[in-house]
Amino acid sequence: MSAMRADRQGDAPDAVRVERAMKSFVKDFGRTAAIHMESCIHCGHCAQACHYYEVSKDPRHTPIWKLEPFKQAYKREAGPFALVYRLLSLKKPVTVEQLEEWQELLYDTCTMCGRCTMACPMGIDIATLVGQARHAMFAAGLVPSELHAVAERAERDGSPLGATPKVFRERVEWLADDEDVEIPLDKPQAKVLCTMSSVEIMKYPQSVVATARVMNHLGLDWTFRTDGYEATNFGLLSGNTAWQKDMSMKLINAALACGAMLLVLPECGHAYSALRWQGANMYGKALPFRILHMSEFLGEMARSGKLRLKPLKKSATFHDPCQVSRRGGAMQGPRDTLAALGMELREMSSDPGMNWCCGGGGGVVTLSRATEMRHKVFQIKMKQVDATGAEVLVSSCANCRLSFDDGQAHYKWDKKVHSLLEMVADQLVED
Amino acid sequence: MDLLSFARGPALQWSLVILVLGLAWRLAGVLLQPQKRDFSAPRSTATVAGAWRMILRRMWPKPEFAAGSAVGTGTGYVLHLGLFVVVFLAAPHVVFVKGLLGFSWPHLPNTVVTVAGALTLAALIAMLAMRLASPVKRLLSNFDDYFSWFVTAAPVATGLAATAHFGGPYETVLAVHILSAELLLVWLPFGKLMHVFLVFLSRGATGAAFARKGAAI
Repeated sequence: MSAMRADRQGDAPDAVRVERAMKSFVKDFGRTAAIHMESCIHCGHCAQACHYYEVSKDPRHTPIWKLEPFKQAYKREAGPFALVYRLLSLKKPVTVEQLEEWQELLYDTCTMCGRCTMACPMGIDIATLVGQARHAMFAAGLVPSELHAVAERAERDGSPLGATPKVFRERVEWLADDEDVEIPLDKPQAKVLCTMSSVEIMKYPQSVVATARVMNHLGLDWTFRTDGYEATNFGLLSGNTAWQKDMSMKLINAALACGAMLLVLPECGHAYSALRWQGANMYGKALPFRILHMSEFLGEMARSGKLRLKPLKKSATFHDPCQVSRRGGAMQGPRDTLAALGMELREMSSDPGMNWCCGGGGGVVTLSRATEMRHKVFQIKMKQVDATGAEVLVSSCANCRLSFDDGQAHYKWDKKVHSLLEMVADQLVED
Repeated sequence: MDLLSFARGPALQWSLVILVLGLAWRLAGVLLQPQKRDFSAPRSTATVAGAWRMILRRMWPKPEFAAGSAVGTGTGYVLHLGLFVVVFLAAPHVVFVKGLLGFSWPHLPNTVVTVAGALTLAALIAMLAMRLASPVKRLLSNFDDYFSWFVTAAPVATGLAATAHFGGPYETVLAVHILSAELLLVWLPFGKLMHVFLVFLSRGATGAAFARKGAAI
C-alpha cells in the first residue's frame, strides 16, 4: 500500500528538514529511550495491539515500524556503534522522502494509545517514542497541515477551537445566566482551580455547567480563570515542545496566581498526560499544588461521601481514555464514581488498562484525511461496547466523546456516550 | 596448530575478549546516556517493584494477546528452554566450563540433551519460516535477524552433528561446532541477541516508569 501525500510547513530545503528532525530527535534522547531503541527483536507482536493494523492488515501499521526512520537515525547517529554504522555505511542517512512517508504512520494512524506497549514482550514504550518522533517531525516542518493549523491557533489565540479568553468569559456568563448556576470566574484567590477543554467549551458547554454544579455542591472555594482555563495541549499532540510548555505554563501560572492547592483537569485525556505527568517538567521543578483529572476528583469525592447522589440503577460500561487510564494510572476514580451512582459496571475488558482506543486520540480526530480509517477503527470500539450489553456508555474525555459522537452518527449506532461529570451533575442531591 | 586446537585456544580467547568488550561498550553506550529528572508527583514510589513486575509479567502475553501470540510465544519458549538445556546442561559443556573456570554443576543425560537440541533446532526452523511467511515480520526484518538466526542455529546443528558423529571426522565437526559457538559469542553484543541482557533493562525501565504513574503493567 502506498503512503498518502505528506503536508509540509515552511520552505526549508530537504537537507535542512532532515537535519532539524534528527537534531530534535537526539535532543530528546535519554537513557530509557536509548534502551528501547536498542531492544526491539522484530517479533511483530505489537501489530495485533494496534487498532489501525487490526483494520488495515497493512504491515506498515505495525507500531514499531512507525519508528523505523528514527531507529535508523539512532543507530547511525547516536547508538553505541554509530561510528561503525557510519564508516561502513551500514545504515543510510534518513531522507526527507522517508520522513514524508512516515507522516501518515506517526500522525494519521497512531493515537499514541499505548496498547502496543502492553503487547511488546520487551516492554518497549512505543507510544512515548512516537511522541518523540513527532517532535522531530515538527522540527522538520512535516506535520499534517490541519493538526499544525489547530496547534498554531492554540498557541496564538489560547485555544485550538477559538475559545479565547473573551469567548470563554462570555460563555461562562451566558451559561451562568441561562442555567441559573453560580460560576466563579477570575477570583483572585481560590483553593481549587478548575480548567476546561476547548472541545467542552465550544461543543459540550454543559460540561462547564456540570463542573460548576459539582464544585458548588461540594461547597468548595473554587474558580475558573481566564488566564488559565484551556487544558487541551496541541503543542503536545503536534510535537512542538515550546508550545506545549507555553500551554502548560498558562495553567500553572494561573494556579500559582490564585494560590490554588488543587488544579482539576477537565474530562480530557491528553490534557492529563500533558499537565499531570509532564507539567512539572515544563515548570522545571515540583509543582506546589495537586493535579487531578475530573474522574479522579469525582472518585475521591465519592469515596469520601461528600458527593451526595441519586442512584441511577442502570448497567453501565466505562470507556477508559487511554491517556488517563492505561497510560495515566487513574483507573479507579471513574469506577468509584459509577459505584456511587448505583450503577452496575460491566467492564469491556478484564483489565481496564487494555481497553481499545476510540480511534480519535493523539490529534487524529482533527485530520479529515484520516476520517475514513478512523471510522473503520471505531468499529472495534463499537463491538467492544456492544458485547457488554450495558444500558449506558460512559466516558471521561471530551476528545473521546467527539470521536464517539462522530462514529455514532456515521454508523447510526444506537449507543451514545455520556460524560461521567455530566451524569454526576444530573444526579446531585441538592438541599 | 590444527583446527580443533585453534578453536579451543586463540579463537576461544579472542571471542571471549570481543564478547566482554562488546557487551561493556554497548551497555555503557546506553546506560551512560543522561536521564532527565522527572519532577511530576509520583503516584507510587515503588518503582523497583514495578520494574520487576514488568520483567516477570512480560514473560507471558496478556490474555488479550494470548491467542495472537500463542504460536510465537510457544515456539519462543521451546527455543529458549531448549537453548538453556543444551548450553548449560550438556555434559561436554559442563566439562568444558570446568576446564575453563574450574567449577562445574550437574548435567543431564545425553539423550535428554539431544532431544532438547533437536527441539531447539526445530523451533529455530519454525521461527525462520514464520519470519519469512509473516508480512509483518518480513517487513521488520533486516540482516541482523537472519544473521542472528544463523549464528544461533549453527552451534545447535553442529552440536547435534558432533553428538551423532555425523558430517565428517569427529574432531573436525567438533572444531566447527566450537567455532560456530564462538561466532555466536562474537556477534552477541552487536546484534539482536543482546536481548539476553536488554530484556531486563527494557522491561524494567517501562515497569519503573509505569509504576510511578500507577499505569497499567
